[in-house]
Amino acid sequence: MEISIAPLNLLAIAPQIVVSVTALVVLLVGLFLPEEHRGRIAWPSLAGVLIAAGLLYYLWDRNDLTLSAMLRTDGYSLFLNLIILIAAALAILFSVDYAGRVRLPRTEYYSLLLLSTTGMMLMTAAVNLITLFLALEMLSIALYVLVGLNRAEQRSGEAAIKYLVLGAFSSGFLLYGMALVYGQVGSMALDDVRVHLLSTGSQSPVLLWLGLGLMLIGFGFKVALVPFHMWTPDVYQGAPTSVTAFMSAGTKVAGFAALGRVTLVAFSGLQNVWIWVLAVLAALTMTIGNLAALRQTNLKRMLAYSSIAHAGYVLVGLTAANRTGLDAVFFYLFIYAFMNTGAFAVLIAAHRLGSSPVAGENLDDLAGLAEHRPWLAAAMALLMFSLTGVPPLAGFLGKLYLFSAAVEAGLIWLAILGVLNSVVSAYYYLRVVVTMYMRDKKGAEVVPAPLCPALQLGIAVAAIATVFWGLWPASILNLVTITTRSFFGG
Amino acid sequence: MIPASYYLILSAVLFTIGAVGLLIRRNALVILMSIEMMLNAANLTLVTYSRFLENIDGQVFALLVMAVAAAEVAVGLAIIVSFVRHRDTTDLDEINLLKG
Amino acid sequence: MPEDYGPIVILAVVAVGLSAIAIAAPALFGPKRPTETKLAPYESGKLPIGPARRRFSVQYYLYATLFLLFDVAFLLLFPWAVVFRDLAPKMTGLLIAGIFALTLVAGLVYVWKRGGLEWE
Repeated sequence: MEISIAPLNLLAIAPQIVVSVTALVVLLVGLFLPEEHRGRIAWPSLAGVLIAAGLLYYLWDRNDLTLSAMLRTDGYSLFLNLIILIAAALAILFSVDYAGRVRLPRTEYYSLLLLSTTGMMLMTAAVNLITLFLALEMLSIALYVLVGLNRAEQRSGEAAIKYLVLGAFSSGFLLYGMALVYGQVGSMALDDVRVHLLSTGSQSPVLLWLGLGLMLIGFGFKVALVPFHMWTPDVYQGAPTSVTAFMSAGTKVAGFAALGRVTLVAFSGLQNVWIWVLAVLAALTMTIGNLAALRQTNLKRMLAYSSIAHAGYVLVGLTAANRTGLDAVFFYLFIYAFMNTGAFAVLIAAHRLGSSPVAGENLDDLAGLAEHRPWLAAAMALLMFSLTGVPPLAGFLGKLYLFSAAVEAGLIWLAILGVLNSVVSAYYYLRVVVTMYMRDKKGAEVVPAPLCPALQLGIAVAAIATVFWGLWPASILNLVTITTRSFFGG
Repeated sequence: MIPASYYLILSAVLFTIGAVGLLIRRNALVILMSIEMMLNAANLTLVTYSRFLENIDGQVFALLVMAVAAAEVAVGLAIIVSFVRHRDTTDLDEINLLKG
Repeated sequence: MPEDYGPIVILAVVAVGLSAIAIAAPALFGPKRPTETKLAPYESGKLPIGPARRRFSVQYYLYATLFLLFDVAFLLLFPWAVVFRDLAPKMTGLLIAGIFALTLVAGLVYVWKRGGLEWE
């Protein structure tokens, strides 16, 4: 008997390869650098991310199955990879100064950041249950360590334990769900699941339903949907802020990529059922996320609940289950990567301006920021307005597309709930702006600490992006529509 | 031959024990064992289906899951050891700095 | 089939029964003259030193974890080795496993250089 290995076609996953090889090189090079030069590792890491982004452009109109049909490089994965690489690049820029100041082991830090990025990028391309699970674990395990990397700070270790336990719990559910689906379908490929369901339809055996349900729970944990969100505030608060910035954007993109492929491709035959499940989850996630954010005074916790609420908004677009919906999801994830990492970056800057280890985390720390840091405060105000969804910023357009997709799909109640939620969210976002502009700084005098140029650049890029794509969204929308057209095969 | 349903029921029971154990036990090491149990219950399901469907994918997946589980436990142990050095306990009820 | 297990059941009953008799008989009929030496825990004829419940060094945990990781990673090469003769093209198969092993070597270099293998 001969077992033939399919042609490897490594070019199709060149971006992932570049990022993972950079991670290994960075790890080994960092070992041989003296401690005081380890901060420079940020630059080769950033270079790796940028090269990978360049490769995305080169691969743009491909639609290849690769590695024995385990991964698919198509517009869907390439566009989402672009978002993930943007989040990674921003996170690296934010870390240049911060990682050294809070004494993270920088060799491991950058290497794990890149490995987690690789996992996310593989997840967007995964079209087989095996690769889906492995990619998810790759990104998660790297993140468990990253969250707990600040060993001087006990809260970091605590957050890591919570994340690990609940993350592994959700992986267990996901894996068991996958096993059940495999048993009923007889194949691990998402396409085979789809074909199988076309023939059986809603007469599918109960174990297949159970498998889908368990998988949804598993993904729900990863993208922090209510009621699987309990870990999010604790983990986001305890993790080093630069890691929080990265994971809040990256894991959401990767998680929604997988959720999209599983629901829209594999389980498209059961659409009339999961739509209702997702609609209820979206409604719960938006509402509870926003209501919980209202009473937070710790900014990291507030942004954590806000990120839960935003996962709910994105889920509205996925629930619509049509091209407009997926367009909106992609556009929103793209904008969200800038808005959310940018907001956390402002907290990093505020940390620099304070002296305690938790400086910049509480609302009071931002009081009077507009006076001594006008540009920083302006950037934060823009990001907050964009997260609220104030026109003409990009966040407004993103929400507009999401909710109009829901209306188009006949889910008018969900769209109305989303708009109401945005109104509620205005309270806690604007409170930040009010604190920065209306209140005076109490107590200690202002430290005129200079901010690292890389951090300034990152914040500027994030803030400008929300303005730019709010006014001129066409460039991204064109990309998005090409992507989703090929995904829905039209 | 023993019917497939026996294995599936066994793995469902193991999975439930693991999940319930993770929720009610407070010792970090026992919780790690519960996680292992959940993953291995899923593995048993995979291998059972692989055998009865005469499809090799399930066994390959099970091997990969074992490697993943080992990595997860290694990371988990490392995190717990560094936690124990600070607190001198493996009781997760002692985790209480993060609240809101 | 269940009846095939008959001999095993008989063997198990005999084994448990014989050991039970061997333990019970001296306990019931033997003379009991305990002395301090006789009551001491048996440690291969030596005098006991210190309590039996000792903490293991944390070093040991690090070794165990590293062993576990590399051991399980190489487990993945097992199915590859089984089918290697039938692989076509062979060079691609070798290349894939080579890349996999190289990644592990990179991990080993990291552990070595960071002093994970030193025993203090």
